[in-house]
Amino acid sequence: MNRRRFLTTTTMTATAMSLGLGKAAWAADPLKVAFMYVGPVGDMGWSFQHDQARLAVDAAFGEKVATSYVENVPEGPDAERVLTQMALAGNKLIFATSFGFMDAVMNVAAKFPDVRFEHATGYKRADNVATYDARFYEGRAVQGTIAGSMTKTNKIGYIGSFPIPEVVQGINAAFIHARKVNPNVEMKVVWAYSWFDPAKEADAATALIAEGVDVLMQHTDSTAPQAKAKDAGIISFGQASDMASFGPTPRVSSTIDNWAPYYVERVKAMLDGTWTSQGTWGGIGTGMVEIGVITDAVPADVKAEAEALIASIGAGTYHPFTGPLNKQDGSAWLAEGEVADDGVLSGMNFFVEGITAQMPQ
Amino acid sequence: MTLGGIDLVALAAMLMVASTPILLAAIGELIAEKAGVLNLGVEGMMIMGAIGAFAGAVITGSPAAGFAFGALAGAGMALIFGFLTQVLLSNQVATGLALTLFGLGLSALFGKGFEGVRPPATEKLDFGALADLPVLGPVLFRHDWVVYFSLAMVVAVWLFLHFSRSGLILRAVGENHEAAHALGYRVVAVRMAALAFGGALAGMGGAYLSLVRVPQWTEGMTAGAGWIALAIVVFASWRVERVLLGAYLFGGVTVLQLRLQAAGYAIPVQLLSMAPYVITIIVLVIISARHRHGAQAAPAALGKTFHASR
Repeated sequence: MNRRRFLTTTTMTATAMSLGLGKAAWAADPLKVAFMYVGPVGDMGWSFQHDQARLAVDAAFGEKVATSYVENVPEGPDAERVLTQMALAGNKLIFATSFGFMDAVMNVAAKFPDVRFEHATGYKRADNVATYDARFYEGRAVQGTIAGSMTKTNKIGYIGSFPIPEVVQGINAAFIHARKVNPNVEMKVVWAYSWFDPAKEADAATALIAEGVDVLMQHTDSTAPQAKAKDAGIISFGQASDMASFGPTPRVSSTIDNWAPYYVERVKAMLDGTWTSQGTWGGIGTGMVEIGVITDAVPADVKAEAEALIASIGAGTYHPFTGPLNKQDGSAWLAEGEVADDGVLSGMNFFVEGITAQMPQ
Repeated sequence: MTLGGIDLVALAAMLMVASTPILLAAIGELIAEKAGVLNLGVEGMMIMGAIGAFAGAVITGSPAAGFAFGALAGAGMALIFGFLTQVLLSNQVATGLALTLFGLGLSALFGKGFEGVRPPATEKLDFGALADLPVLGPVLFRHDWVVYFSLAMVVAVWLFLHFSRSGLILRAVGENHEAAHALGYRVVAVRMAALAFGGALAGMGGAYLSLVRVPQWTEGMTAGAGWIALAIVVFASWRVERVLLGAYLFGGVTVLQLRLQAAGYAIPVQLLSMAPYVITIIVLVIISARHRHGAQAAPAALGKTFHASR
């Protein structure tokens, strides 16, 4: 974990806690639902989308629920403290919205068997811990198709946050589909080791641009790389949120995380008493992943190809990880026509053949 | 000029941009600490400078006015700190931490209307033919004025501390406020001035982030840069030339590690990622250890509360 962030956020959460939880509910015993975010809700990306979904829960249930949130919670021991506070404050359903909260959620859930937990993008479950995730890689496949067709330098830059399955899936999916339309494409990867650090994300973007990339993808949460892409006159894709204000260029399309239907459904299950632990993995088909408008900066034929891909993924007729595919070291992974199973994907820790960047071990 | 596929000239130019926010904030904090005040609110002052400058630049359309607003916002925050610690005699550590929290929250509030807005661009200075010099041109003569301002501040602060009477008074206040008071110097006034100066520079550091380096406003965008500046002051053992070295080293290694990653070097990313912190600390500690001569590097009255009645 980034220690700079740790210092700031440790202290910040202390106040955020007192503010968030001071909002005690007066209505006749509403269901208390808490949300824990890894970044600020103003990041205009990942945490922003989760908070939009929280507001959708408020709108859907009115006085029957009381939601609260704590933002800027670092992925570490502090997460456990925040979760404990949330449980002690009487929240019956708690959403923890970052991969790194996984062990904290499991530890706190064991201490509060009556409280239900929902952990985003993780893979550990218990009787009172459900997981949910979106198939962001479906959006990356679309972006890869556009990127591969539009790059002139044949170099695509990718700003990764941490080398975890969710991010690795995205890099692989983007690369596979870029290669499909352009066999000369290269992928340059820079790891920021942070979900949210605008200055570092901007520096990473600058480094990639200096390396000659003319398409920029990011799996970090701020819009800083978009600003750098705009200055450099290259194209980019909105991440987590639409980032439409950067269109028509550099942002030529985006992957939007739409958590609202899922959150509403799960809160409703709590109210109805039908909540059970489960693992949900939604994609374009279920609406959890949406593709933002493809702008006119994209040539019409490329746009048509991307839209056909969206349709086939949404209809379930095409899976972005369909063989033949080899791993980076050349060993066989998927045979012709074989589709990756969710177990392998959710633990994905290898690049596919053709990517030259090293996977941090 | 390239080495191992990396353009060293471009790297040096990027390094100066990446280091400037931390350098500005660290020089400001150095002056405050030399006057004997430990202000842990650098992060809060920087982020207020970032939003103040951003708002100022967007509203007036002038980046220079933006920087002025950023400096004012930082200095304003520092004066709140000064009032609490110097007049009301509150604990400096607790007040400094509170100032950071306050700044982060207040800037988020002010910044709500500025998310996704583009600031006016800060132009690079035109040095004419100098900018076309090989190597030196891109490294030294193709920056915006703030980079040169930060370097000028290093020189100015060094001259001020070593060769001016007021610099001597400032250091006296920081080393032994009782003695300085007995000599008739106005300890609180000196400290307030030092704090305001430090706040203004921290504000400009934040302004550089939101107006040049990123450039946009995002909540919490300093992401710990203020803490790095604080640490650099300590590891530089309160010497301004070492602060410059520390800030450039930190910025340089940060930029270098990202370039190494982008170029696809097979160095473990975890090592690269921690390199800026580790290398900066090791280098500064070695330098400080070598030159200490048994004397305490920290100003003797640092963090101590001064009350004139004693």
